[in-house]
Amino acid sequence: MNFTMPELTPALPEIFLLGALSVILILDLMVDDPKRVLTFMLTQAALAVCAVITILTSSSSVVHTFDNMYVSDMMTAVLKVGVYVCVAVLLIYSRSYIASRGLCKGEFYTLSLFAVLGMMVMISASSFLTLYLGLELMSLSLYAMVALQRDSHVATEAAMKYFVLGALASGLLLYGMSMLYGATGSLDIDRVLEAIRSGQANPNVLVFGIVFVVAGLGFKLGAVPFHMWVPDVYHGAPTAVTLFIGSAPKLAAFAFVLRLLSGGLQPMLHDWSQMLAILAVLSMGLGNITAIAQANIKRMLAYSTISHMGFLLLGILSGNVNGYSSAMFYVLVYALMTLGGFGMIMLMSREGFEADKLDDFRGLNARSPWHAFIMLLLMFSMAGIPPTVGFYAKFSVLQAALHSGHLGLVIAAVLFSLIGAFYYLRIVKLMYFDAPVDNEPIAGGQDARILLGINGLAMLVLGILPQSLMALCARSIQSSMLGF
Amino acid sequence: MILGFPLLSLVIWLPIAAGVAVLATGGDRNANLARMIALIGSILGFLVAIPLYTGFNVLQGGMQFTEMAPWVERFHVNYHLGVDGISLWLVLLNCFTTPLVVIAGWKVIEKKVAQYMAAFLIMSGIVNGVFMALDALLFYVFWEAMLIPMFIIIGVWGGPNRVYAAIKFFLYTLLGSLLMLVALIYMYNLSGSFNILDYYKLPLTMTAQIFIFIAFFVAFAVKVPMWPVHTWLPDAHVEAPTGGSVVLAAIMLKVGAYGFLRFSLPIAPDASHALSGFMITLSLVAVVYIGLVALVQSDMKKLIAYSSISHMGFVTLGIFIFNSIGTEGALIQMISHGFISGAMFLCVGVLYDRMHSRQIADYGGVANKMPMFAAFFMLFSMANSGLPGTSGFAGEFMVILGAMKADFWLAFLAATTLVFGAAYTLWMYKRVIFGAVSNSHVAELMDITPREFLFLALLAVGVLGMGIYPLPFAEVMHASVNDLLMHVAQTKLQ
Repeated sequence: MNFTMPELTPALPEIFLLGALSVILILDLMVDDPKRVLTFMLTQAALAVCAVITILTSSSSVVHTFDNMYVSDMMTAVLKVGVYVCVAVLLIYSRSYIASRGLCKGEFYTLSLFAVLGMMVMISASSFLTLYLGLELMSLSLYAMVALQRDSHVATEAAMKYFVLGALASGLLLYGMSMLYGATGSLDIDRVLEAIRSGQANPNVLVFGIVFVVAGLGFKLGAVPFHMWVPDVYHGAPTAVTLFIGSAPKLAAFAFVLRLLSGGLQPMLHDWSQMLAILAVLSMGLGNITAIAQANIKRMLAYSTISHMGFLLLGILSGNVNGYSSAMFYVLVYALMTLGGFGMIMLMSREGFEADKLDDFRGLNARSPWHAFIMLLLMFSMAGIPPTVGFYAKFSVLQAALHSGHLGLVIAAVLFSLIGAFYYLRIVKLMYFDAPVDNEPIAGGQDARILLGINGLAMLVLGILPQSLMALCARSIQSSMLGF
Repeated sequence: MILGFPLLSLVIWLPIAAGVAVLATGGDRNANLARMIALIGSILGFLVAIPLYTGFNVLQGGMQFTEMAPWVERFHVNYHLGVDGISLWLVLLNCFTTPLVVIAGWKVIEKKVAQYMAAFLIMSGIVNGVFMALDALLFYVFWEAMLIPMFIIIGVWGGPNRVYAAIKFFLYTLLGSLLMLVALIYMYNLSGSFNILDYYKLPLTMTAQIFIFIAFFVAFAVKVPMWPVHTWLPDAHVEAPTGGSVVLAAIMLKVGAYGFLRFSLPIAPDASHALSGFMITLSLVAVVYIGLVALVQSDMKKLIAYSSISHMGFVTLGIFIFNSIGTEGALIQMISHGFISGAMFLCVGVLYDRMHSRQIADYGGVANKMPMFAAFFMLFSMANSGLPGTSGFAGEFMVILGAMKADFWLAFLAATTLVFGAAYTLWMYKRVIFGAVSNSHVAELMDITPREFLFLALLAVGVLGMGIYPLPFAEVMHASVNDLLMHVAQTKLQ
């Protein structure tokens, strides 16, 4: 038996991150600074170096390694850099929040990095095995992060729900994957594709497998009817962790869905796009309608996430390069909006006070016009009103879906987004039209404030000049040649 | 462009830049600075728009001063601007109204002055963008962006029921625009372009045309507003501050009618013909029924709001009888209504600032205390009833003439507005202005200040000038209207 050393370059960022986080884990044991400045700095540095490595090692061609289990192309590079940026930004946003709630332990940072590592594996996986490995690494880290606030029974309950439902989803996914393996005889996504194309696979078993895979993915994305965990976990988890769950993992989940469905199962497009269509309509409908009834902004944003996932699926189910790149644009924009939204909640919170009620935003314009304006931009962006970038996200997805002939779905989507506009407008109404009930100055570190300002203005700037990000998404999807 | 100078961009972005500068003055400590910058910005905004008129070639039908630059290449969207005879006066009207609104809000607005002034300036630039955009997506972006400042204006500085009115206004208009977006994307997928002028040549089946027409109809009818989707307007008008009402009536309502002329008619000509009976019926219902509704209003602002709907019914009527005198009449009526409704709302604002009531019953005998004001109000009321010699007459008369060419009974029903319009306007005028001084509050009224005299006089010049000598308004339209009617007359079916 001869052993050849696999090409390591495509996995260099992951290898570096694993090393770096082990070092951080050990170094943190010797730190007794309650603010963990060193750990924070090292974490940020690790993410920055990862970004540099990812950019330097990325190529416009598709590179496989580890016996086809791992892939690196332009899409993986863009999404990974997206993940680093998300996590780096959210760590800055949450610094003062976690410090005032006793969450500022080394574990918060190392678990974050483990989750990042999991996401990177998910993004680069090209076999069922590596996909699952990445997914579980990310999920387990996130379960632990939700439970980090040990003494809060809400957080523990949320962690329990998240864990049980997450395990169920993983089970469904594994079951579906085993079906696909049974039908095609391979775990490698490219070979699965070949087997399906050659017509050797039993279509009944395949469709059966797809049903389970889609159900599992539905759980992970939080699409209706597999969304039950989303509001409770978003609500129960500390806001910093909610932001974590709501932002970067969606990028990884997007890559996961794309790899699996359009990479491996492209010939079965007709079957899975119908399933996704149902998930999409239900998510947009239930997400937008239920969000209206929420008095807690974290729950409201949870339902809003559900509806955004419906829009994302709309892009994916279009089943062509145009649709996938629109969906990729959507998910990147979504991550930016989520960062801003939850970042604002954390900025408004202070010791002993969670700004998680809608009423806490009352009269923000009188307290701080600048922050009210930033939140206004974020809310209009989530509602998809031009000239914010949220409009282009929705527009490109709708264009792709209409191009693939889903006129009914598109009309449903615009009607539901009309309903959705109502609850985003309500936040604007609270901030601008009502008198403040709380006159405390807005706390939060200077770095977080500046970053949040940039984050909010990015909505406007990207909304006026969306071309570069759109072109980047289109290019990376094209060059990764999923299933074509 | 004139000699490579992007004049249209300047007309759009100068007010927006001025608005941002006003915002930068911060809180109410610098209120006077904010007011000054707003005034200078709005006047400059009007001055830079004047070359559009002086440099306009009246013999040429197509777009003039065009600018084009790639914007979102992924979807072939261009930053493409231009004006023709249809949009020229609407742009000028908008630029003219903005300084008036700034002056009108000078003393009255005391809270969040910078935000108030900035909202109007930014909106003015955005509305110019709506009238000038030749790229459908650019148009849509401006169209939607318009909602944000108006939403804030109604909600922050409005009356007691402002939140309801603001949200109703926003959602009503958003519903319309989203369906329009679907239609635009559909046409993009067919033609691979967002250029509005390309859509004029795009062949479409009857079914597609009907659907496109309906999608546009929902968007534009809500804005006009046509009966029965007009119910947001009285609410929004009553709750909005005076400046908001002026901009709503004088400018916002025009973008709907403009949309019909720019999109519905030339893009879906066969559907327009097929559905013209329906459109004319809705217009006549607005003219007659809403005219009667206006008669029974006890709130002055509501009365003028209903009168606006009724007058806009005239505009849509003129558009859908498809002859040149009707279409030009509709355009003249739009400009004239911009002056008159703006003036009427400002007059009510003058009274409201003194008495804090809009109820007709609270007034009576105002002429005894405010003679100068009564004279101005008289002029505008007469114009609102369509008295010859005022701008109100020209447009209505042309539309009635156009309707007469189409059908006698159509013209007959349309002409009832001359009776109803006079009835509700003059009856309100009589109850508010004439008679003995009705109560102690009226007895304490002071006549208009120089500031108020200024904006009322400017509008009076507009109303009378347009009534006596409408040629400059009409002559720029001929070529473009003929072009438009040529598109409408050509079938797109194959």
